[in-house]
Amino acid sequence: MQQINLLLLSLPDGILLGFVYGLAAMGLTLIWGVMNVINLSHGPIIALGMFGTFFIFSRLGLNPYVGLIPVAIIGLLLGILIYIMAVHRIINAPHLSSLLATFAVNMIIIGLSTAALTTSPYNVDFSLSSIQLGKITLLGTRLAAALVAILFAGGLYLFLYKTRPGKFIRAVANNRAAAELMGIPSTKILALSFGLGTMLASVSGALIATFFPFNILSGGSYELKSFVIGVLGGLGNPIGALFGGLILGVLEGIIPAFLEASWVPVIEFGLFVVIILVRPTGLFGAKK
Amino acid sequence: MKLWQRYRGLILPVIAVAAIALWPVITGKPADRESAFTILKAVALATSLNILLGYTGYVSFGHIVFYGFGGYVGIFLLSEHGWSLYSSMLAGGIASGILAFLLGKAILHLRGGYFALATIGINEAMKAFINNFDLFGGSTGITLHFSIYKLYGGAAQALQTAFYVSIGLAFFAVLLSYMVRTSKFGLGLLAIRENEDAAEVMGVFAPNAKTWAYVLSAIIPGMIGVLFFFKNGNVEPHDAFPLHASIELLVMVMLGGQGTVLGPILGAFAYQGMRGYLVTSDFFKDIQLSVSGALLLLIVLFIPAGAVGWLRQRSALLRRILA
Repeated sequence: MQQINLLLLSLPDGILLGFVYGLAAMGLTLIWGVMNVINLSHGPIIALGMFGTFFIFSRLGLNPYVGLIPVAIIGLLLGILIYIMAVHRIINAPHLSSLLATFAVNMIIIGLSTAALTTSPYNVDFSLSSIQLGKITLLGTRLAAALVAILFAGGLYLFLYKTRPGKFIRAVANNRAAAELMGIPSTKILALSFGLGTMLASVSGALIATFFPFNILSGGSYELKSFVIGVLGGLGNPIGALFGGLILGVLEGIIPAFLEASWVPVIEFGLFVVIILVRPTGLFGAKK
Repeated sequence: MKLWQRYRGLILPVIAVAAIALWPVITGKPADRESAFTILKAVALATSLNILLGYTGYVSFGHIVFYGFGGYVGIFLLSEHGWSLYSSMLAGGIASGILAFLLGKAILHLRGGYFALATIGINEAMKAFINNFDLFGGSTGITLHFSIYKLYGGAAQALQTAFYVSIGLAFFAVLLSYMVRTSKFGLGLLAIRENEDAAEVMGVFAPNAKTWAYVLSAIIPGMIGVLFFFKNGNVEPHDAFPLHASIELLVMVMLGGQGTVLGPILGAFAYQGMRGYLVTSDFFKDIQLSVSGALLLLIVLFIPAGAVGWLRQRSALLRRILA
């Protein structure tokens, strides 16, 4: 009985968080799907999103959900800049090059931000009223974050499938050479895809900041979660990432009811390694 | 052929390691000895990573898992079962080798980005597991009792001993790297790096060759781990499996030149030297990570072959001297 009570307490939280994790992972997996690059600067960009919320809410006094708009725009532009400076030259080189180039960007961002913001924890003092459903309590900020995440996922889907640039992105992901022959400006599309990936990362960071304290290094653990989710959902499959996020959120909700919370990462990463070995295309299929 | 001509690829690497080892002996300062220890540790680790990364072409982001795992096994035997430093180091190296063998059988069929991701996952899973593993002290780890150092003539003398052992390990790593590079087995690895399918057609049995390369690259980190944590006095999960240290090793190998014997040595020396300078300089100390990152980015973008690789491309003479 006690475990069921615990479960009722932690599972809804886990599910709502799962959507936000999924959003972050979607950014990672979009970039992988379009250009076969594992973006190791994903974590710091999530962290920058967190600081976006901090400055917009705590310094400018705006509503954090309104603040998502500038955070998203800056995230997009930052991604395009990273693509042009660090990724474009080595887009056709072996994996090691792109891994190290994006990791170099990671170091640059962390270094500059540490100098400017230190590594001490920040906190956004923001809360929404919570909703009570029987024994289940849904925290307002988490519910709103999950809704925003779903909204962004839906928006991405519409963008990729209904608009012209979205179709270009899918064409480049499918076969870059053929897309170029059809007159698609592949460099611009690659830069846009990278920007969209970092935009999703920064928005998820901005959402996480509304309920957890953070510092500039916090992005790292969400980056690792994004890897796990990306592989669960199939690398290169953005919609699979949302489901992968849900699975991770449910796991994080269930495990603490039965085991010590410190076992959560053991199971998460164990599952990650097993999935990558047994079914590298993920549970929902990688990009075709 | 004269002896020195046969082994001329080994001359510069040996001179380089010997120079690093002699530097604190000449100055006689304990601070220099500590710097030299850090550099020799980096030389041995980077050289061992190069066997997998440079020769075989597999990008591991979790090389440090062998350092942590071997270190834990060795320190556990040293502390709980009273083994000597040397037998613990041997046990740590063997434990890492066995781990690499088992992992290699499982993950080496993954290629490119998937292999890199799997190694990250293994490192994190291992860290999280050790964090919960009570035999190894869980999240607090194992702290060596001070009396253990008495066997080695007190703590100060133990530091000196650890330094000498690190010299031995660095030479061992370089020699191993050279032997692999010049052997037929190494030629098979290089073929796998260039084109795995073609290599198999030419008669290289890739799964076995890759696994043995992985095992060879794992033994030295296991031994270094035991030595470092012995010197450190304790081992805990956070120190034993730092993901960023794996990536620093990749940077060293890239900096010096992957796939060469001399490259990782120069890379380790340059990277540690630069870090030491940046951390202590007034101007750079706050943004040292950014400066390192910018430098890494420039190397990846413009000199992907690394310093030694770049020199080798310049002239035939350099190609003969620099292995």
